[in-house]
Amino acid sequence: MIIDHPLLGPRDAAEFYVLGDASLIERPDWQDDNAAAAFDSYMHLRDNPAGEHRELWFHEQGDRSWLVVTRNTLTHEVVKVELARDVALALGRST
Amino acid sequence: MAQINRIGEGLVDTSRTLSFTFNGDTLAGHPGDTLASALLANGIRFVGRSFKYHRPRGIFTAGSEEPNALVQLRTGAHQEPNTRATVAELFDGLTATSQNHRGSLKFDLLAMNDLLTPFLGAGFYYKTFMWPKSFWEKVYEPLIRNSAGLGRLSGEADPDSYDKGFLHCDVLVIGAGPAGLAAALTAGRAGARVILADEDFRFGGRLLAETHEIDGADGVDWAEQAVAELAAMDNVRLMSRTCVHGAFDHGIYGALERKTDHLPKSGGKPRQVLWRIYSRRALLCAGATERSICFGNNDRPGVMLAGAVRTYVNRFGVTPGQRVAIFTNNDDGWRTAHDLAEKGVEIAAVIDSRDGTPPAAPHGAMVAMGSAVTNAAGRHGLRSLTLTNGQTIQADCLAVSGGWNPNVHLTCHQRGRPVWRQDIAAFVPGGDLPVGMSVAGAAKGDMTLSAALKAGHGAGNAAAKDLGFTASRKAAPKSDDEAADVTAFWQVRESKTRAWVDQQNDVTVKDVKLAHQDGFRAVEHLKRYTTLGMATDQGKTANVLGLAIMAELTGRTIPETGTTVFRPPYSPVPIGAFAGRSRGKDFRPYRLTTSHGWAEEQGAVFVETGMWLRAQWFPQPGETHWRQSVDREVTRTRGSVGVCDVTTLGKIDIQGRDAAEFLNKVYANGFAKLPVGKTRYGLMLREDGIAMDDGTTARLAENHFVMTTTTANAVSVFRHMEFCRQCLWPGLDVHLISATEQWAQFAVAGPNSRKLLQKLVDAEHDISNEAFPFMACAELTVCGGTPARLFRISFSGELAYEIAVPARYGDAMVRALMAAGEAFDVVAYGTEALGVMRIEKGHAAGNELTGQTTARDLGLGRMVSKKKDCIGNTLSEREGLNREDGLTLVGFRPVDRATELKAGAHFVVKGKPVTTENDQGWMTSVAWSPTLGHSIGLGFIQRGHDRMGETVIAADPLRGNDIEVEIVSPHFVDPEGERLRA
Repeated sequence: MIIDHPLLGPRDAAEFYVLGDASLIERPDWQDDNAAAAFDSYMHLRDNPAGEHRELWFHEQGDRSWLVVTRNTLTHEVVKVELARDVALALGRST
Repeated sequence: MAQINRIGEGLVDTSRTLSFTFNGDTLAGHPGDTLASALLANGIRFVGRSFKYHRPRGIFTAGSEEPNALVQLRTGAHQEPNTRATVAELFDGLTATSQNHRGSLKFDLLAMNDLLTPFLGAGFYYKTFMWPKSFWEKVYEPLIRNSAGLGRLSGEADPDSYDKGFLHCDVLVIGAGPAGLAAALTAGRAGARVILADEDFRFGGRLLAETHEIDGADGVDWAEQAVAELAAMDNVRLMSRTCVHGAFDHGIYGALERKTDHLPKSGGKPRQVLWRIYSRRALLCAGATERSICFGNNDRPGVMLAGAVRTYVNRFGVTPGQRVAIFTNNDDGWRTAHDLAEKGVEIAAVIDSRDGTPPAAPHGAMVAMGSAVTNAAGRHGLRSLTLTNGQTIQADCLAVSGGWNPNVHLTCHQRGRPVWRQDIAAFVPGGDLPVGMSVAGAAKGDMTLSAALKAGHGAGNAAAKDLGFTASRKAAPKSDDEAADVTAFWQVRESKTRAWVDQQNDVTVKDVKLAHQDGFRAVEHLKRYTTLGMATDQGKTANVLGLAIMAELTGRTIPETGTTVFRPPYSPVPIGAFAGRSRGKDFRPYRLTTSHGWAEEQGAVFVETGMWLRAQWFPQPGETHWRQSVDREVTRTRGSVGVCDVTTLGKIDIQGRDAAEFLNKVYANGFAKLPVGKTRYGLMLREDGIAMDDGTTARLAENHFVMTTTTANAVSVFRHMEFCRQCLWPGLDVHLISATEQWAQFAVAGPNSRKLLQKLVDAEHDISNEAFPFMACAELTVCGGTPARLFRISFSGELAYEIAVPARYGDAMVRALMAAGEAFDVVAYGTEALGVMRIEKGHAAGNELTGQTTARDLGLGRMVSKKKDCIGNTLSEREGLNREDGLTLVGFRPVDRATELKAGAHFVVKGKPVTTENDQGWMTSVAWSPTLGHSIGLGFIQRGHDRMGETVIAADPLRGNDIEVEIVSPHFVDPEGERLRA
């Protein structure tokens, strides 16, 4: 499998560590009234789509970027690759 | 023995003779021969015994699809079982033996299995060996394993070496037959980077086996010219002896190149290379494989595929028999008759299952249209045939053609599902092909030469154009269209005797019928019930036959019945090739600390921790047991001073305006207010509230911290922190870099550690207890200006420091420490003494941070700050992690001080039976404490803190001893911490 790294170009999947669902970026607010429940689903509930899936991959044997890779779970086609930091900032995450 | 069947030159070099042995007989062949062609040249038809019934078997094909002619090649440790004689290149001195028989090949004691046929059909094992249950493991299985199976391994380590490699190309052409050569030519001429791979040792594919003409020239000459043109192109890489065995994601292909298999000795070079080929486009030009027809005793030695017979005659100059009959359902079979007759071989008969007017027959040959062979006779080699009309024909070779199956294998490796084409009675590629793959030639169902050339030419141009190259305008090579009519014909129903579908697995028509009768009618069930299509040939000649017969039995069409799909590898790949160089100590990389050379000089015993080799202890003269060394190292460290390399701890450099805030979020305890020049113990949780790792972090400057992690978690902690930084809090101004290998770090522990360091730390730096108290840290210089970092931290519980220097000074530093320590009788200590001292002090380590324990379990619950957001904070409050009767880390000592504790023992209240219900916890770490003079342990037990002084049983049913232990504080040594503040 080849991942087209936004900064480094096409790289072999063997250079990466895969974490899983990119929803892990959306960590709940600890001060929320329902923080316990929100963290519970954040940790444990995942969609398992047959089709496009957004995943977190870490370029461990490379530049240490966390990437959000949109991959088709049926064909392994990589549809889109973004820097996770950009995705997180776009979601309004900051400090 | 003379080469009685060598009738010509073919493409072998008859000017040179090679000597080889088969079952001890010395035989002759020529360069260009395979073992199979050389055996046939010597008149040897019977070469092995079958898998299950131990039936005599001969050479059936001329390629990698061979189901029968499997031999043991070479001897001793180099011996290789299940080698297909049809692909083994002959070399001088080759040694081969037949396999799968007890006693000689001709008088195999296990041949009686053949007489037991009525009992040994499909599903036999499932039905028969059900009772008594205990007999399966002890009696039936060993018996069956002993009599079934293929070749035997040498039982010795493989002395050959294997390699792995990576290749990149624009266009990968798989198969160098007419279509593949034409494709490589056009893609290469257009300027694309081309790899042309073929499993054969000579390029040309079927052209080498036929008598075709291309562009008015002999087909073999055309192939040779094409190869010469390709070899002259810088952008083309030719890979013969290379089988592309798998199609993987995104245009990646696996290929096995046989580098030295064809040589008597490898000469130190790798035997095989496993390539990973990254291609932008791939052209599958893998050709087609002929299939057989099922009739009685169609597995006799001497019964061969018709195309293979042509290969032996045309390419190798060998006739597989003196009097050859042909049995076919298509025009292609007739080519065999003509080619053989042309070479002067006597044709006994041409039997064609099709009705109608026969094509032109070779002169003198008997022709039977609308007829079929019902039985073959000749136990050790074919003697005669019986036809449907009862006529008997004398022949020592029968060439059978049931049509050709396109080699669609690689098209199925992802989501491709072949589709049935009735006009050629075969499956062709269908469904979603692997990305970037197209198929040309016979592999796609272009069954004539002219069609294959045209398709290959076009596919090469199309791939090149697709990639932005300008296609060459040269015309496609031309040839005449040969006759290629076929009428599906699978089995001779008139046959009364067993007819083989899959010769490698001894699956007969009757087995397919039985599977049908027992309800295993789906293709995948058929395969598993009968073993059809398994083993080394993966049913290349058998699968479609089995499917077609199942279709006949169920009264459905072939497309209705199912399709055969294939998984990698196309041909077997040795485990050695997958392992490559990753064997023995090179199984994975290992890392050495900068003091490794020094430790070796001291005679250290090393242990693997993570990927590191660390000194475990340093034996001294006279010490005969590791405990003596470890006790001495502990006693002298606690008594004066000891030095230990702790470089392997993960080191992460953290800088930025928000570095403190960032640490506050990743550690469970607070870091925001850590003063500059101070170090703090930190506990990291996972988001689910379980303890992940611990270590110390020092604040070197306002915006600069350096963190240590455990050796084992250095990589995963760094990864986690980058996740936190990039994905969770991207707005924080903080940067991380791993500095594990950049700094060599040594623990200096013991009451004299300060005095020792004062001799090395440059005088302008005051490290007195007042100026540099417990948990202080500083950047300073040692040994006259060498930069260093000093941390006053202690894992042993003694007055202790860790000193770090840039890695290049590591060796010098340890030598300087040991030299400066001579006055204090300094001792070097290893990981065992380190472990003993941390257990004595009650520090948790990997045995306690198991990924199942919480801060609360570890007795660190109060460290988890509730006033800030940090990883794991919220979920650490889950009810289940905060039970009243939760586990607590405490110390244990044996009531009888003379007994030895065992890690892994489980705690049970005294007087209660040792059962899971009564399990209250377990012993995590034990050591013999030289300081206390008895065995001590750490462990988790329910409500441990409230049970100090209670005696419980440490039950160890596995090793069969139950010991009375007393619950005590985990801090066996200096519980008040006076020593480390001294």
